[in-house]
Amino acid sequence: MKLEVLGTGCAKCKTLYEHTQKALAISGIQAEVVKVEDIPTIMRYGVMTTPALVKDGKVLFSGKLATPEEIAGML
Amino acid sequence: MLQQFADYVIFTLLGLMPGSHLGAALDFFIYDTIKIFLLLMVIIFCVAVIRSWFSAERTRHILSHNREYVGNVLAALLGVVTPFCSCSAVPLFIGFVESGIPLGVTFSFLVSSPMVNEVALIMLWGLFGWKIALLYIGTGLVVAIVSGIVIGRLKMERYVQDYVWQMQVGEGEITELTFPEKLTYARDYTRDLLKKIWPYVVIGVGIGGFIHGYAPQDFLLRYAGPHNPFAVPLAVLIGVPLYSNAAGIIPIVHALMEKGLPIGTTLAFMMAVTALSLPEAVILSNVLKRRLLITFFSVVAVAIVLVGYLFNAVL
Repeated sequence: MKLEVLGTGCAKCKTLYEHTQKALAISGIQAEVVKVEDIPTIMRYGVMTTPALVKDGKVLFSGKLATPEEIAGML
Repeated sequence: MLQQFADYVIFTLLGLMPGSHLGAALDFFIYDTIKIFLLLMVIIFCVAVIRSWFSAERTRHILSHNREYVGNVLAALLGVVTPFCSCSAVPLFIGFVESGIPLGVTFSFLVSSPMVNEVALIMLWGLFGWKIALLYIGTGLVVAIVSGIVIGRLKMERYVQDYVWQMQVGEGEITELTFPEKLTYARDYTRDLLKKIWPYVVIGVGIGGFIHGYAPQDFLLRYAGPHNPFAVPLAVLIGVPLYSNAAGIIPIVHALMEKGLPIGTTLAFMMAVTALSLPEAVILSNVLKRRLLITFFSVVAVAIVLVGYLFNAVL
């Protein structure tokens, strides 16, 4: 599984990256987590409000900061 | 009741003399801080609940069906309720223009969104009363609508960075939250926002209290009163680089107004602080060429100056 954290580098985007890794630790799920900062890639997902989380090419949510528990639930 | 509490703390518990400079300043500080935090908590929560019905995707969908004029008015209104932070300005801008929303309509949104927001509304309502709060919101919307129409008329599409037009934009889904999720969202939003702005409120009210207690009554009347024709543009020029949010600046401005700053100058200054900022210019330079960026700032600044003159003249 591949997870992408979309964000232009603001504080919330960094926090979402940390929360995503915590979510993996909680749930024991194995996944590759990458941070995507370049605008063309973010736009290709149709995301207008950052931060956003993408799982295998599908946008899970955008424009909010989810807790590690919420993310673990979605995975 | 709050006033009595503040009076009790300052004059009875601390034993300061009513009418002393220090007593007046501290009394003002305690009363204003408590009042503003109560208002902030309640109203930010309510606004956040309303906002959870709107998303950037939905706003884009509504605006993509409307052209000039109607589009500008809708964009300015939606700017108030669509949740948006300046770090999302670039993807939002690209998403808007790529889906066919006219440039001028996009700008109406970008102007109204930071300027007409719930924090400004609360601070103005709490410190100046509802009339001035409504006046600010009304004129803020007019500034956003007019600036957007003017920028649209200037036909500056070619001054948008070229890559923006070549961008491939995905569909983007509208995710609908359930009602309990909306409440959780509103709670978290209120907590995060309060965490971010509380130091500004305390410092702003502190400086305001100091001015209230110490600055001579006609201090500003002498320099920035109604007879000084340069006061309004000067206030706007000072306001642009001041990147404070409404939470920090409004208590200071409130105290300045007591010392004789006219209402139009006051409104113009607050609008310049919230609507135009240097960090915003840096972020927008990713999508706008210099010429359009300068035009954007100039058009909005001129509109704000006109608002200032208008209110100085009629009130």
